[in-house]
Amino acid sequence: MKIIVLMKQVANKDAILRINKAATWIEEADLTYEVNESDGYALEEALRLKEKLGGEVIVCSMGPTRVKSVIKDALARGADRAIHVVGDELAHIGPFAAATILAEAIKGEQSDLVLTGLQSDDYGFAQTGVILAELLGMPHATIVIEVDASGEQLRVKRELENGWYQWYTMPRPALLTIQSGISQIRYATLKGIMAAKKKEIREVTPASAAPNGGSHQRVTKIYFPEKTKQTQFLGNGDAKAGAVQLAEKLRSEARII
Amino acid sequence: MSAVAEEQKIVTGGSFLIEESTPKDVFTPEDFTEEHHMIADTTRQFIDAEVRPRIPELEKHDWNLARELVRKGAELGLIGANVPEEYGGLGLDQTSSAIIAEMIGRTASFATTFGAQGGIGLLPILYFGTEEAKKKYLPKISSGEMIAAYALTEAGSGSDALAAKATARLSADGTHYILNGEKMWITNGGFADVFVVFAKVDGDKFSGFIVERQEGLTNGAEEHKMGIKGSSTTALVLSDVKTPVENLLGEVGKGAKIAFNILNIGRFKLGAMCNGGMKLALHDSVRYANERHQFGKPISSFGAIKAKLAEMAIKTWVGEAMVYRTIGMIETATRDTSDPQAKLRAIEEYAAECSIVKVALSEYCNFVVDEMVQIYGGYGYSADYPAEKAYRDARINRIFEGTSEINRMLVPGMLMKRAMSGKLALLPAAQKLMDEVLSPSMLSLDEDEGVLANEMRLAQNAKKVALMVLGTAAQKYMMELSDQQEILMGAADIITDAYAMESAILRAQKLHATKGEQAATRYLDIVQVFSNDAVERIEANAKNTLAAMSEGDELRTQLAALRRFTKNTPMNTVAARQRIADVMIKSNKYTY
Ligand SMILES: Cc1cc2nc3c(=O)[nH]c(=O)nc-3n(C[C@H](O)[C@H](O)[C@H](O)COP(=O)(O)OP(=O)(O)OC[C@H]3O[C@@H](n4cnc5c(N)ncnc54)[C@H](O)[C@@H]3O)c2cc1C
Repeated sequence: MKIIVLMKQVANKDAILRINKAATWIEEADLTYEVNESDGYALEEALRLKEKLGGEVIVCSMGPTRVKSVIKDALARGADRAIHVVGDELAHIGPFAAATILAEAIKGEQSDLVLTGLQSDDYGFAQTGVILAELLGMPHATIVIEVDASGEQLRVKRELENGWYQWYTMPRPALLTIQSGISQIRYATLKGIMAAKKKEIREVTPASAAPNGGSHQRVTKIYFPEKTKQTQFLGNGDAKAGAVQLAEKLRSEARII
Repeated sequence: MSAVAEEQKIVTGGSFLIEESTPKDVFTPEDFTEEHHMIADTTRQFIDAEVRPRIPELEKHDWNLARELVRKGAELGLIGANVPEEYGGLGLDQTSSAIIAEMIGRTASFATTFGAQGGIGLLPILYFGTEEAKKKYLPKISSGEMIAAYALTEAGSGSDALAAKATARLSADGTHYILNGEKMWITNGGFADVFVVFAKVDGDKFSGFIVERQEGLTNGAEEHKMGIKGSSTTALVLSDVKTPVENLLGEVGKGAKIAFNILNIGRFKLGAMCNGGMKLALHDSVRYANERHQFGKPISSFGAIKAKLAEMAIKTWVGEAMVYRTIGMIETATRDTSDPQAKLRAIEEYAAECSIVKVALSEYCNFVVDEMVQIYGGYGYSADYPAEKAYRDARINRIFEGTSEINRMLVPGMLMKRAMSGKLALLPAAQKLMDEVLSPSMLSLDEDEGVLANEMRLAQNAKKVALMVLGTAAQKYMMELSDQQEILMGAADIITDAYAMESAILRAQKLHATKGEQAATRYLDIVQVFSNDAVERIEANAKNTLAAMSEGDELRTQLAALRRFTKNTPMNTVAARQRIADVMIKSNKYTY
């Protein structure tokens, strides 16, 4: 079984975030990065499937040189080889553009399964995987928490709402977006770390970016939530006057009595 | 894997005191390879997720859990990192094992357990064991299947380890040794399976043995300790305990060599562990200072607190530079050999540096946790917050692996020994300096140019001060020098400050050269403040020691020279400390 895992590098969870000068994204100077949480679980699921059924796990990440650390980490944990889609701007494109480029990069691999995280911890679109499935002509299932790939058909358990789950049977090849927290992620062993040095990382540069970078959307402004709540003190210490003013405000401003 | 650049040359142990180094001569954390960083990450993840949350259980002496955690760490390769592959290890470099030690230092109790397992318990077997013993024990200790311990100390012999009373005698048929005696303060004593025991053959031949737990080998109750309560420490009674002759380490009567060499390694690893503990304590302190509000403001906005955070960062960063510079020297000297004996000789070469690192880092660490308690205020005194434990845990580092006093005396002691045996040209350097002292015109009065040139001048002068003190002491006391403990301790402090200054300067200069002006700025502050203060300490130590040894004209000449050597225009350390603290306060963590 050949499994491709898509992994994204995102800002560290405990980083103090500042808005950049253009107010279009967070300030990236001095930022530290980590792997997108649910992508880590996608990798773990892929490694477990490989242990059970044999095959190959290929990790694919997109972005500037710094994403190499995500790739190296995945290789150290047990992925067999990697594809790095290289480009400085690729960390900031919309899901459609991302999926288009990723589809181009992995299509030739003819994989049996593509796993992604449920959503990215930075933009949080939860779209890239789904669009990618469409572009690859594969069925997909989202918020997957269990995968049974032992039979002809794929059986997956999806998380619904309110503690409800759904078992779902689908043909292969397929794309699954994996939920966080479904397993205990393994550590990279020192042996794995040393072995990763010798594993292949294929670099690809996107051939032709679609018009507008393929993005169907762009961020025009980001800002911290603005404080709109206001507090007024009524009556100036006199409870009776306060009550009168409150009644007046509830009637004329809040219009609830 | 070796991060130590090929061009790095092998330096003579102790030569830092008489030679100048350039940034490219030193190894720094900025030279870590990608794999080193990954090893650090994996170790930190393991320690933070698996060990730290379970310290309360370890503190209740759940040694099955300790065993399980050792085994889990071993599965990752943390114990066998340094062990050659043929004995079940990974054969990685010293830097990797120091990085592992640093990360494990985030949990003091487990660091102690682990240090006995992968360090002092394992290394004597690796370096001195017979082939049979290595094959038998190393894979099992590396995998955590067997827990190891190191039994040198006795109730009556601690610092004076060679005065041990435990005995060993060869059995009548010559197949095994029979050991008797009592050991004290044995880490992992409560649950270890295999012990490296030191005992005397025929009453006077101090020797090392591998001894398995068996009938006749019993441990006492757990000691009630001030800190590291999650590690096992017990006495050990050996009564007619047997061990086969192939479990003798090295040769009969050569135990001292084993004990001291292993301690050299233990010392730089302990330095790395302390550094890991300091980083965590500082990280927690910054967060707390940002969260805690008094007088309507976070306490991190107060200058008094900023000064503390800055000094904590300075000691942490400078200490780190010392640890990895020393490891880099050892790495370079051992990289071309896989012969354990050659490796050991190379490490022994840097015994003085290892002692410097041990004393400095353990004391820096104690400073940092003390300030941590202060920053936490009343909550620092409460066992519900991390400062209290950190404070108690750190204290042992000044005592075991050679007390601060013993190690301080070892620093000038070993340097003089190397000088006497011709391995280190200390005496000609001291002589040259004495001439310089008498003819001050020889001092260059050039303006300092270049990055940290002023600090580098101060560091080089600090070494001259050290030579002046050592040279005066050698002349005055000659063979009785080793009895002059106050002088030796003062000299050790000067030497340590000089080593610290130079290591930090070289690290910052290297950073400046590779990462550029902007990236290096914040580190320049650290180095400048440290150097500024170190010069004051050096001057005070030199005055004390010189005034104890010389008088009259001689003393006046020496003090005049001292003034020249320590001449420094005080910098604005207040503003610099504020800048250092602000970087951390803004990013809410230890950022250096
Ligand atoms: C928690 C813990 C774990 C330990 N683990 C181990 C272990 O695993 N294996 C092991 O073998 N040992 C272990 N030890 C023992 C430790 O190494 C010794 O306690 C240490 O070497 C000091 O010896 P001592 O306690 O006998 O103190 P002493 O030697 O009695 O020292 C008392 C004081 O006198 C000073 N002093 C002693 N001699 C001199 C001198 N010549 N000149 C000037 N000052 C001097 C010392 O610096 C110290 O301040 C452990 C100790 C503790 C507390």
